[in-house]
Amino acid sequence: MNSVLQLIMEGESLTTAQMAEVLKISHEEVEKQLAQLKEQGKVLGWRPILNPDMDENSVRAVIEVKISPEREGGFDRLAQRISQFEQVENCYLMSGGYDLLLFVRAQNLRKVAAFVYERLATIGGVVSTSTHFILRPYKEQGFLLSGQQGNPDKPMISA
Amino acid sequence: MKDNSQRFVAQHVAGIPRSGIRDFFSIAAEMKDAISLGIGEPDFVTPWHIREAAIYALEKGKTSYTDNRGLLALRREISKYVEKRFEVSYSPETEILVGVGVSENIDLALRALLNPGDKVLYHEPCYVSYSPSVALAFGEAIAVPTFAKDNFAITPEALINAWQPGCKILMLNFPTNPTGGTVDKKALEKIAAFVVEKDMVVISDEIYSELTFEGEHTSIASMPGMRERTILLHGFSKAFAMTGFRIGYACAPAAIIEAMMKIHQYCMMCAPILSQEAAIEALRNGESAMLEMREQYHRRRDYVVARFNELGLPCHLPRGSFYAFPDISSAGLSSMEFATRVIHEAKVAMVPGTAFGPSGAGFVRAAFSTSYENLIEATERLGRWLDKNRK
Repeated sequence: MNSVLQLIMEGESLTTAQMAEVLKISHEEVEKQLAQLKEQGKVLGWRPILNPDMDENSVRAVIEVKISPEREGGFDRLAQRISQFEQVENCYLMSGGYDLLLFVRAQNLRKVAAFVYERLATIGGVVSTSTHFILRPYKEQGFLLSGQQGNPDKPMISA
Repeated sequence: MKDNSQRFVAQHVAGIPRSGIRDFFSIAAEMKDAISLGIGEPDFVTPWHIREAAIYALEKGKTSYTDNRGLLALRREISKYVEKRFEVSYSPETEILVGVGVSENIDLALRALLNPGDKVLYHEPCYVSYSPSVALAFGEAIAVPTFAKDNFAITPEALINAWQPGCKILMLNFPTNPTGGTVDKKALEKIAAFVVEKDMVVISDEIYSELTFEGEHTSIASMPGMRERTILLHGFSKAFAMTGFRIGYACAPAAIIEAMMKIHQYCMMCAPILSQEAAIEALRNGESAMLEMREQYHRRRDYVVARFNELGLPCHLPRGSFYAFPDISSAGLSSMEFATRVIHEAKVAMVPGTAFGPSGAGFVRAAFSTSYENLIEATERLGRWLDKNRK
């Protein structure tokens, strides 16, 4: 892992100038490493991790999808096709009782439902779907949502 | 009514000066918006698997006393860990004592070994409790000053110079709180040989040993002739971020452990069982989290030491611990004045070097166990303050 990526993965939000200072490399070197990461395809993009509890304008659901595999490419064509929908945030091929697991986001419950019966279920090759709505998040991409960890009364000075 | 109760306080207790850190503590407590480089503990919360082990123990109803020496399962894990890390082996049955932090073990060791008037050598600047603990055990503490030019290592020459008849104990703490000083193996060998020659005992507080960034940590207990005369003290607070669990241990020959255990059983009974259970988990499965924390301290150290030097506050490179100890004498203020003005005017909390003994004069302790964001902001504030105030 390159040093810039390692620093970012620690989860502090530092400007590139601050990263340069901490790592004792030039600002240009930080920019170069960042560009490299994207070029190599190791980093797909940069976006903040939002607190889902603060988001009142969307609902999220998990959908289990059974599909019939094809002779050429197995599940790939259908999985890629389903991934194209903007409502689909994540799409994985799974082992076990179903084939694809989708994480879907839409403005409201009705729109998720419409996505399932108008778009998803009607695709040739989709055998069945099972939709679960997310009720409450407790941990989002490594961040706990249950408030502060640690002791807020920790003294400022100790031996 | 006027409080006259001072007259009841024992003379040797009344004679101990109040800790310099306490004075500064009250100043710092009012400054809520300051960035703290003043804490003597990790900024990390104890890794979850260790906290979970304590919760599980509570759920299972493990709420009793334990063996005075500590749970045998824990002593077995300690024995394995110490052998692997320090290359000395101790019997879990007779040579290991689990106590309430290294602090309690220091007190036990001194009380178990000192006759009234016995002398104790210790290096300074050092942790705040050493000299008072010696006084409380009716010993006489003799400071051996250490210096920035030696990276705050104790030199064999300084030790030999400071020695006088009646010296029974040498206290060592490497890596050192507050300086981050370490001693290289060659010097340690000479120190060990001198200790053997003078038939002294070493109390070696190695609480920061896992946080050694360069080179290997060597325990004096592993050197020829030393196992029989060393009390190796260690604990979980720093390496596993478990300060609040209050748990540490002593490894020493059986007769010394037995003597320490006598005091421990009458004053403490045993370390809290939940902390002992958590400590077992830390030793069994805590290494990877510990190494990750060390890696972070290492990088923060490199950053903060470079910044102090850029700011014209010469700072040696601490090879261990999470403390930087910059020389602030160029500001033309005493340690206490400097730390007090900086917390009020620049809103950065650091501990005056004199809190750790007179040889800390001209220095402050800056703990880098905090986020980069804090370290960057704190050193920027300090830089602006220095620009304005340095003549």
